[in-house]
Amino acid sequence: MPTPVITANALTKKYKDFAAVDGITFEVAPGESFGLLGPNGAGKSTTMRMVGAVSTRTSGDLTILDMDPNEQGPEIRAQLGVVPQADNLDTELRVRDNLLVYGRYFGLPRAVIAKRADELLDFAQLTEKAKAKVDDLSGGMKRRLTIARALINDPRILLLDEPTSGLDPQARHILWDRLFRLKEQGTTLVLTTHYMDEAEQLCDRLVVVDKGQIMAEGSPAALIREHSSKEVLEVRFGSDKNEGASAKLEGIGRLEVLPDRILIYSDNGEAALVEVVKRGLEPITSLVRRSSLEDVFLRLTGRTLIE
Amino acid sequence: MSVSTTTTPRVRVGRAWYVTEHKIREMRTYAGTLIATAIGTPFLYLFAFGVGLATLITQNVGPNPDVTYLQFVAPALLASAALLVAQEEYTFGILMGLKWNPIFIAMNATPITPRQIVNGIFLFVVIRMAITSLIYFAVMVVFGAVPSAAGVLIIVAGMLGGFAFAPVAAYAATIEEDRGQFAILQRTIILPLTLFSGTVFPLTQLPIYLQWIGWLSPLWHASELGRQFSYGPTEPIWLTVIHVVYLVGLGVFGWQLCVRNIARRLNK
Amino acid sequence: MTVTSTRQSSGGVRALYSGNARAVVGRGLLATRSTNWIIVLTGVFEPVFYLLALGIGLGGYIGGVQNAQGDTIPYAAYIAPALLAVSAMNGAIYDSTWNVFFKMHFGKLYQGMLATRLGPLDVALGEISLALLRGAAYGLTFLLVMQALGLNLAWTAVLALPAILLIAFGFASLGMGITSYLKTFQQMDWIQFVMLPMFLFSATFYPLTVYPAPIQWFIQALPLWHGVELVRGLTTGALGPVMLVHLLYFLVMIALGLVFTTRRLRALFLD
Repeated sequence: MPTPVITANALTKKYKDFAAVDGITFEVAPGESFGLLGPNGAGKSTTMRMVGAVSTRTSGDLTILDMDPNEQGPEIRAQLGVVPQADNLDTELRVRDNLLVYGRYFGLPRAVIAKRADELLDFAQLTEKAKAKVDDLSGGMKRRLTIARALINDPRILLLDEPTSGLDPQARHILWDRLFRLKEQGTTLVLTTHYMDEAEQLCDRLVVVDKGQIMAEGSPAALIREHSSKEVLEVRFGSDKNEGASAKLEGIGRLEVLPDRILIYSDNGEAALVEVVKRGLEPITSLVRRSSLEDVFLRLTGRTLIE
Repeated sequence: MSVSTTTTPRVRVGRAWYVTEHKIREMRTYAGTLIATAIGTPFLYLFAFGVGLATLITQNVGPNPDVTYLQFVAPALLASAALLVAQEEYTFGILMGLKWNPIFIAMNATPITPRQIVNGIFLFVVIRMAITSLIYFAVMVVFGAVPSAAGVLIIVAGMLGGFAFAPVAAYAATIEEDRGQFAILQRTIILPLTLFSGTVFPLTQLPIYLQWIGWLSPLWHASELGRQFSYGPTEPIWLTVIHVVYLVGLGVFGWQLCVRNIARRLNK
Repeated sequence: MTVTSTRQSSGGVRALYSGNARAVVGRGLLATRSTNWIIVLTGVFEPVFYLLALGIGLGGYIGGVQNAQGDTIPYAAYIAPALLAVSAMNGAIYDSTWNVFFKMHFGKLYQGMLATRLGPLDVALGEISLALLRGAAYGLTFLLVMQALGLNLAWTAVLALPAILLIAFGFASLGMGITSYLKTFQQMDWIQFVMLPMFLFSATFYPLTVYPAPIQWFIQALPLWHGVELVRGLTTGALGPVMLVHLLYFLVMIALGLVFTTRRLRALFLD
């Protein structure tokens, strides 16, 4: 494995007595697409802020591109691109001016920035909006502009905090396509998400984070293989009846009883459904699907990701 | 106790009060600063102008030597304070409800009508002005700035002056996008109306080409009206009537225009 | 296992500054040009209106005022330099408190800036430079109005321009540090609470001799009094060794303000 671009060792961030990040250890290799998956409040954003050299760690070690963020913040940030969770575009400036001004923050020459800005507007499919006001852009366009802005300094690592949160399905797919192109070009991506499909689409490798700690690590496929079954059968019996029904389901597969439904983990979902009916139960609805990272998370923490 | 029996709304006339109630509840969160400012400000201004600056005034500013400089400025300072409250609510208060923290839109989704929303807001402004003016007046009495008992009507004059700012509320209701319009309004229109209004010196002192600004200014009318109550009469009765008619007229005009603008905006 | 104590080693200026404050200035100028230039323009009127109303209107009732040297000067010439110093203070305080507070909590502008090579000190110096640039434009306009009205009584009035920049720098550097402690808009009102009495009582509208001695001492400890006296000395030509005291006061204020603000910046931005 080549020298990692990010190395975190027992990384911890405490606010008074509360440990937002509680001793996490991971490495990110150059060109890798690395994900942090977890529910809101798991410590993902705090981790991202420390990696982005804008938050001072309480203890542990953190090395980014062979530098210490506490000492060399400006030098590290010069080689990062940051896409924050909430867009923080400069609404007082027009679309293209946002890119030009941002480039100046890195101390880049005007001519270089101007050329790159036009390329990035093209990449973000915003060339026609170059002179538009930021407030007039749609949510998906703002997001793409934020990503274009983060690329103005040709960063070695791109940090994305919940990149598609709050976007409609079509906008998400456009964005994934753009990010996938970056990945193909060899840009190192580090992203947080609480969407399983996003993690499965974009991440080579990910860590599952909960309450500031790492619960598991691996590729999406490996995590599913290791912590879940091939298929899942979801059955509903109606409000307040799931608990009662679950007693009769013992032995078909591993059960997770949720307030609105029961999940039965089995390598053959259809066979499991036949068995359920055979035991005299009549679910209102039933669904057989492939296991996802959601199931991995449920298995590891006993909780669902989106609460 | 079943919920369903109590849900038939028995409301018709007094619904504007619910809006006022909402605003009062909101005000409680910053009541501390509000009270501290309402008490501290009159002391500062009355001392600075009525006592400090008065030492420099060598000529007689009032209508006759019996009226001190302190007594001359006091009604104008109270009116300025009432106006400031009205201005704040008529600008930021209106735009807040329509845009930044759009509670008017939420209110409009209930049986409350746009007219009632505006009425409720205006009633709230009256209450806020009354609190500020009462405190101001009490401090004025402490300073000995009110020579006659009729001076208590300075409070009414000040509040009328604030009400006359209503056209500002009507304008605020038309602002779709905040581009600093209030700062521009303040600097180019409200500030000259405030400064060239015979507050700390008689309007007649200004050259005639600046005096007309004072004639348009609600602050001048309110200050002069207050002075009539405090140590007047110092002017013909018709002029006093004009003060009242101008202030009430401007206020009612702005109020009705505001109702129209808000109704258009909320129900478009 | 090396749990290096990171807190102590993190105070270096190197982590806070990348020597690129001019990029922040550039952004401010561009934003001004594209959106709020008219607001900036109307800011010129404010002190001019005050001068016209108080100087002309009130001046008619006031024979004259004695300056620091004991000479009697017209009232308008007495308050004009005070209004100039006050507007320098107000501009600097507005830019370093309201403006910074808003950009920090609502616009999230600094969050974007600090994700780049820029450090907090770049941002602070850039914002202060912008405020000074604006202050210089306003100050120059006001001085020209004073000149037209014949209120500059000595050639040293030219030096009032650098003087108000010094005053603005002092207030801005301190104001930014104070803003770093504020969490809500309501707390901002307390700044006004301190500013109003300072504005009314710092020999702006009438001489300090109105007050009993202890109150005079108190006012003389406050920065605005030094600012008013400094500018007034320069525009009326009443110079004396005490001018050096005023100058020193602001130099110390700037130095302390910068140290204080730089220390707070880490807490403000890099927590």
